[in-house]
Amino acid sequence: MDNILSIVTFIPAIAALILALFLRGEDAAAQRNAKWVALVATTVTFLVSIGIYTGFDPSDTGFQMVEEGEWLMGLKYKMGVDGISVLFVLLTTFIMPLTILASWNVTDRVKEYMIAFLLLETLMLGVFMALDLVLFYLFFEAGLIPMFLIIGVWGGKDRIYASFKFFLYTFLGSVLMLVAMVAMYADAGTTDIEALMSHQFSSEGFSVMGFYIVGGMQTLMFLAFFASFAVKMPMWPVHTWLPDAHVQAPTAGSVVLAAILLKMGGYGFLRFSLPMFPVGSAVMTDVVLWMSAIAVVYTSLVALVQEDMKKLIAYSSVAHMGFVTMGIFAANQQGVDGAIFQMLSHGFISAALFLVVGVIYDRMHTRDIDAYGGLVIRMPAYALVFMLFTMANVGLPGTSGFIGEFLTLMGAFQVNTWVTAVAASGVIFSAAYALWLYRRVVFGDLIKESLKSITDMSARERLIFAPLVIMTILLGVYPSLVTDVIGNSTAALISNYDTALAAAEAATQVASH
Amino acid sequence: MIQADLTVILPEIVLALYAMAALIGAVYTSKDALGPLLVWSTAGLMAVLAIWIASNGEGTNIAFNGMFVDDGFARFAKVAILLAAAVVLLMSQDYMARRDLLRFEYPLLVALAAVGMMMMVSAGDLMALYMGLELQSLALYVVAALRRDSVKSTEAGLKYFVLGALSSGLLLYGASLVYGYTGTTLFSGIITTAQHGEVSLGLLFGLIFLISGLAFKVSAVPFHMWTPDVYEGSPTPITAFFATAPKVAAMALFARVLHDAFGGVVADWQQVIVLLSVLSMFLGAIAAIGQRDIKRLMAYSSIAHMGYGLIGLAAGTELGIKAMLMYLAIYVTMNVGTFAFILMMERDGKPVTDIDALRQYSRRDPGKALAVLILMFSLAGVPPMLGFFAKFGVWQAGVDAGLTGLVIASAIASVIGAFYYLRIVFYMYFGEENEDPIETRSSPILWGALMGSAALMIVGVFYQFGIEGAAAAAAATLVN
Repeated sequence: MDNILSIVTFIPAIAALILALFLRGEDAAAQRNAKWVALVATTVTFLVSIGIYTGFDPSDTGFQMVEEGEWLMGLKYKMGVDGISVLFVLLTTFIMPLTILASWNVTDRVKEYMIAFLLLETLMLGVFMALDLVLFYLFFEAGLIPMFLIIGVWGGKDRIYASFKFFLYTFLGSVLMLVAMVAMYADAGTTDIEALMSHQFSSEGFSVMGFYIVGGMQTLMFLAFFASFAVKMPMWPVHTWLPDAHVQAPTAGSVVLAAILLKMGGYGFLRFSLPMFPVGSAVMTDVVLWMSAIAVVYTSLVALVQEDMKKLIAYSSVAHMGFVTMGIFAANQQGVDGAIFQMLSHGFISAALFLVVGVIYDRMHTRDIDAYGGLVIRMPAYALVFMLFTMANVGLPGTSGFIGEFLTLMGAFQVNTWVTAVAASGVIFSAAYALWLYRRVVFGDLIKESLKSITDMSARERLIFAPLVIMTILLGVYPSLVTDVIGNSTAALISNYDTALAAAEAATQVASH
Repeated sequence: MIQADLTVILPEIVLALYAMAALIGAVYTSKDALGPLLVWSTAGLMAVLAIWIASNGEGTNIAFNGMFVDDGFARFAKVAILLAAAVVLLMSQDYMARRDLLRFEYPLLVALAAVGMMMMVSAGDLMALYMGLELQSLALYVVAALRRDSVKSTEAGLKYFVLGALSSGLLLYGASLVYGYTGTTLFSGIITTAQHGEVSLGLLFGLIFLISGLAFKVSAVPFHMWTPDVYEGSPTPITAFFATAPKVAAMALFARVLHDAFGGVVADWQQVIVLLSVLSMFLGAIAAIGQRDIKRLMAYSSIAHMGYGLIGLAAGTELGIKAMLMYLAIYVTMNVGTFAFILMMERDGKPVTDIDALRQYSRRDPGKALAVLILMFSLAGVPPMLGFFAKFGVWQAGVDAGLTGLVIASAIASVIGAFYYLRIVFYMYFGEENEDPIETRSSPILWGALMGSAALMIVGVFYQFGIEGAAAAAAATLVN
């Protein structure tokens, strides 16, 4: 199949179109049909996407399975994957069937709900595959629309505030990136990402309104992209939309948000910031590293005092993303490998944790930690699953969480010891809030009247968790599964980065002589 | 000789003669009973003329010693104007008829306004410019006050007239200064004087006054005051008309004056346009936030959109004009759809314009709600809708011309502006239930306009019906 990437990307969109055009009515039968269509479509997407994995050659560091076509306004429709993006594609197709399964109890406007999720999948897949700047932006930005509606229509009490905040926050970041993209187009004359990677953007410093800008155009462009990716990631201090969005979104929405949408930021740093603006990245490295370290510690502390389970996990996500940015901007093999690993592992773990909350929320309709306690007595299987993912979140060796944190810390240690020391303390905090959460919800005496008749996980819920449990442990004991695929691409990325920096260094020395 | 001139201006002559003949015919026969028929025949004639102009026009033809220019740029604008006017006329028929507003003058005044607009975009001389502008404006003043028994409508017409007269005065004063300092009213003559050596202070003064007068017509801030009131007061179909064809005409005229008459001295007017553009974008974005009336909201929206269009003009390049034309074409398409929906909004047969009435509309009519959702996101410039590519085009032109600051400002304005478009979506999809819901009565034409324009927002991303090529060709003829 020559165009497997397009096929994978657009299967969900076609399913959404079929739902929109042919499914009528709101009765139980129509609802069931909508769910099944969505489940089948996402599962088929996953199965086909395995073809991308098997057809992928890890020794090749370039883009593979590239498709190219003319598009409007001199832009191109170009798709392709490399070692950095291929696993994100698989993560997306892997998570989506689980989110559909997790939404089996939705009863309000089921058809629209499924359409929104299917379109969202298409757009997320497109982000990871697009090899044209504007095509990337299109997928990146269009994903806001279904997510806006998912939070707004099917969300909790304060969903309106949360959905607007989510949309406007990310939109502001993204338009600045768009301006930088336009400037890149003007400078390089192309929007092809492959060509842009080998294009040298000027790094000569200049003054803007009295401020001397080291690294010149590259730094400015870096900042514009940073505005978008940092919000998306989200990095401290622009993370405040995330807890609101997570808390108000329906369970499946939180899962997608945490598992996939947040990864777009990290992916963007690796795809654009490091390879295209090496000098700009180098200029900003210290700032980003410190922001990451602060994020890890600060949001862990904030997580410690949360009363709402989803909010707690949301803050924990921000902390974990702090490790990711730290690894990326360490810009060495361990750091970048670790960052990608951490993103994938966080994709499984945070998805699972939000699903864990979803299980008891479906039963009790509250997310207050205080409302629970002693669940292990009535729900042993649930307690086991919750335990596993709590430990994975803490970063216990043997789970995938450990590998990512360890690699990123190791990478960062070679660059900035102090940042690493601060960030490493975050590991302890994360143990504190995660274990305390677990203790308060699962252990203790079952004294609350309302909990006395709570039931353990159903077969459907076990089915959702099974693949996540397998992946978390598998990656924890056999990390080469990931590092073998990404290794060569990240090595190439880093050597290009170092070469570009050395070249820029040499150029400034020549200029100063 | 005169015959060659007349051939060039034939479409305008046909439309003008038709309007006059129909006017006389209707007066001496059954008057208002002819209204529906005249709407259809006027719209039909406009569509035919649009096709004729699109398919027959070739090269640059000059008539009356350069006073009238028929080039690719003019043809692009004329086709857009005629099609927009025709569609809006058809959309209005049902609405006007049911409210007893369908007088026979209405389609004919619109036709005369269209003649004026066609004249404007083809003007090659300050006199021709003024003639076209006034023909258009006078017709519009009257249609704004078409609902004679409504205070708001007559107020709108009067306001529009008084302020319009003021702006005409500014424009004429500017024109006289320009004439005084260049010795000619022909654009081709002005540009030779302007390009030779320094632009004298007097000429610059004239230019600024000209720009002020034109800015009034495109409702750019700070000459926008009339827009919200006129949009709100006029009957909705008239508002729809105001928001589409005249905007295209005024922007095209703006571009023509600046490039044909002052093309060599971009630096002299660029700053002014940049200022107009920034102010319009921000005022349009911020002032619309407080609006509850969807017509006023659309008025501010159109102010903001003209600001974005002006970025293309400010660039002062061929790319900029191309982007501006694309922007206008896409803007008009979006507005046709949006106003088709506004025309449908009613309760017990009375038009409703309060956006509050849209609460939970998506539950009652998911199809139309989805179309409006697409249009709103497109107006906000969110990809993958076509509205995004409109913005992308002007930004590209702006950065290309070194106006990065303006582009960044417009990016920020577009985020602020996104808020009120989102709010409409919010009301439709997840607002609290309203006890007193609206009905949306749709005639096939309105339904078609709404769905068609929403569909175009998506389809346009894949296929653009050759508009891009036409816009590029049009821009090439204007800027050289």
